[in-house]
Amino acid sequence: MAEVIPISRPRDEPDRCGAVTGSGNPCRNRASGPDGLCGVHRRRAEPPEADRLHEALAFLRRRLTGDYEIDGFGFDRELTETVLAPIARFLHERWWRIEWVGMENVPSEGPVLLVSNHAGTLPWDAVMLKFGVLDRHPAHRHVRLLAADLAFRLPFVGELARKSGNTLANAEDAHRLLAGGEVLGVFPEGFKGVGKPFSQRYKLQRFGRGGFIEVALRARCPIVPVSIVGSEEIMPMLYNAKALARVFGFPYFPVTPTFPWLGPLGLIPIPSKWLVEFGEPIPTDEHPEDAWQDPLTVFELTDRVRDEIQQTLHRNLMHRRSVFF
Amino acid sequence: MGQRVLITGISGHLAGRLAHSLETDPDVEYVVGVGLEEPSLDLERTEFVRADIRNPLTVKVLQTTEVDTVVHLHILATPAGVGGRTQMKEINVIGTMQLLGACQRAERVRKVVMKSTTAVYGADPRDPAMFTEEMASRSEPRRGYTKDAVEVERYARSFGRRRPDVGVTILRFANFVGPEIETPLTRYFSLPVVPTAMGYDPRLQFVHEDDAVEILRRTVREEHPGIYNLAADGVVLLSQALRLMGRPSVPVILPLVAPISGAVRRLGVVDFATDQLQYLLYGRVADNARMKERFGFEPRFTSRTALLDFARGQRVRRLISERQVAEWEQDLYAFLRRKNQERFERAGGR
Repeated sequence: MAEVIPISRPRDEPDRCGAVTGSGNPCRNRASGPDGLCGVHRRRAEPPEADRLHEALAFLRRRLTGDYEIDGFGFDRELTETVLAPIARFLHERWWRIEWVGMENVPSEGPVLLVSNHAGTLPWDAVMLKFGVLDRHPAHRHVRLLAADLAFRLPFVGELARKSGNTLANAEDAHRLLAGGEVLGVFPEGFKGVGKPFSQRYKLQRFGRGGFIEVALRARCPIVPVSIVGSEEIMPMLYNAKALARVFGFPYFPVTPTFPWLGPLGLIPIPSKWLVEFGEPIPTDEHPEDAWQDPLTVFELTDRVRDEIQQTLHRNLMHRRSVFF
Repeated sequence: MGQRVLITGISGHLAGRLAHSLETDPDVEYVVGVGLEEPSLDLERTEFVRADIRNPLTVKVLQTTEVDTVVHLHILATPAGVGGRTQMKEINVIGTMQLLGACQRAERVRKVVMKSTTAVYGADPRDPAMFTEEMASRSEPRRGYTKDAVEVERYARSFGRRRPDVGVTILRFANFVGPEIETPLTRYFSLPVVPTAMGYDPRLQFVHEDDAVEILRRTVREEHPGIYNLAADGVVLLSQALRLMGRPSVPVILPLVAPISGAVRRLGVVDFATDQLQYLLYGRVADNARMKERFGFEPRFTSRTALLDFARGQRVRRLISERQVAEWEQDLYAFLRRKNQERFERAGGR
């Protein structure tokens, strides 16, 4: 054992530590174990920081020389896990202190569609869903979200959205992701949900045209309804300045108690307490192969998913003691 | 009787290489290259005909040479060298119309192969991440080469309807890179400092010139009518591409992107068409599954290795080498470890 430690050297006094100090002199401490090292140098022989330091520097080198893989959607797995996930972790663990219920309903492999309610003026709920599953699911799966084209038009936002593995909401991309066995996350309410006034909170909006159900039926993958409580309170939209929204080309322009009064500071979301519940998976493989082309099946399934989310929202709201705890 | 092949745009790099590889094929009886300038490559048994495809004489060439296969590569991506966009459009659009008109008359013609580009899919934030051959872009107004390519494809399809006995292949190539080929994109990469749009990191996809020549050769020698995306596996982000090549870049805020690209164009450094700017904002990826399946072809180069092969072609000066970065890493690691150890000892080994 002692021979393999590189900094040890033969010594006359067998009871002394075999290591060399930083100044080049032999260590004077008494050896405290069968490896012939003192307590200090045993730990130094394998400093706990060494691996992490090595990994961090290797990471920097890879980033500097472009030595990483990107998938066809622009997903940069390394950047997402190494840089973005820790930031998001602070938000879901400390800021919103999210309680995750029923995460086990998300299968550990194979395609699955997560359908969630959408709220909060800025789509923080989508970010939290994505990184929550990455952090807390036993398989640490990456949720690939479908987002509006606005997200990909904006500088920095679009770049980050693509790099963290998300793509534009369209049937082709959705189908491709599910066919590749990915976790797909959709928010069928879209802007109607995320940009609804505070007075409408926890009222599910119309679920689009059910395109997401078609995609799941076609891929014959399970649908997991996701109900997020707490996101409605992060940026209460009191008024929608439609004229301003038109000027900027945004779907809505929020006026909240803090925005735009406090400038960019007003965009800091309120640290409400969240509860995210994943419902029982709804199987789609019991329908016939071509059910995705049958509008009635699609409507029925859409309603079923929507009802499930609405009921779970109501139930969890009833049990909520306070917005903040 | 062997195959008789006519290649347009023979002075171009790809056309020259295609002719070269067909020359060595004993089953190809005859190769003729049509172009305005002599081929840049040394060709042995390819006959060179100096002719303009816009000229009705092309019909005569087709008939007298009795070719059965026409490979149309005289489609220009940039107006450089022909004297402006008007000429470029004329060569691309009128030239293709003339050539296809001639093919329609030439009864021996059995196969038409045409070069196109994945740029026909546009580059728009409203478009899917990956395009298959039957998809079309949502962004309608197109300019420059992209617009030409869309029109040229339309002519090719209507030609296919008028001559159902002729197999028409449209090859939509991703951006070419390689040690020798020169395109607006390779010249862009070779700028002393590469300007990029701040806050945007487009997905780029390449095809290596060797793979492109091989695909062209197979299209000539085998039967593959239809439309194909020709692209290497894998995707490289612009920022990543520049790092892989060790190129310095400078981010430019969006309102300044158009003026700066205009200035670069006017200086004659890079002839980057305006339709390409969208590509450098949003990027584009084409699905190459059909190519792999029907051609049974596995590209030798991925987007990344193709790009590196281009960078090795020495026309790109590296600002920092990979080895240097690795050295930095080792030095920094050694330094930090030493400091760590010293601190540890100062703390009395506790």
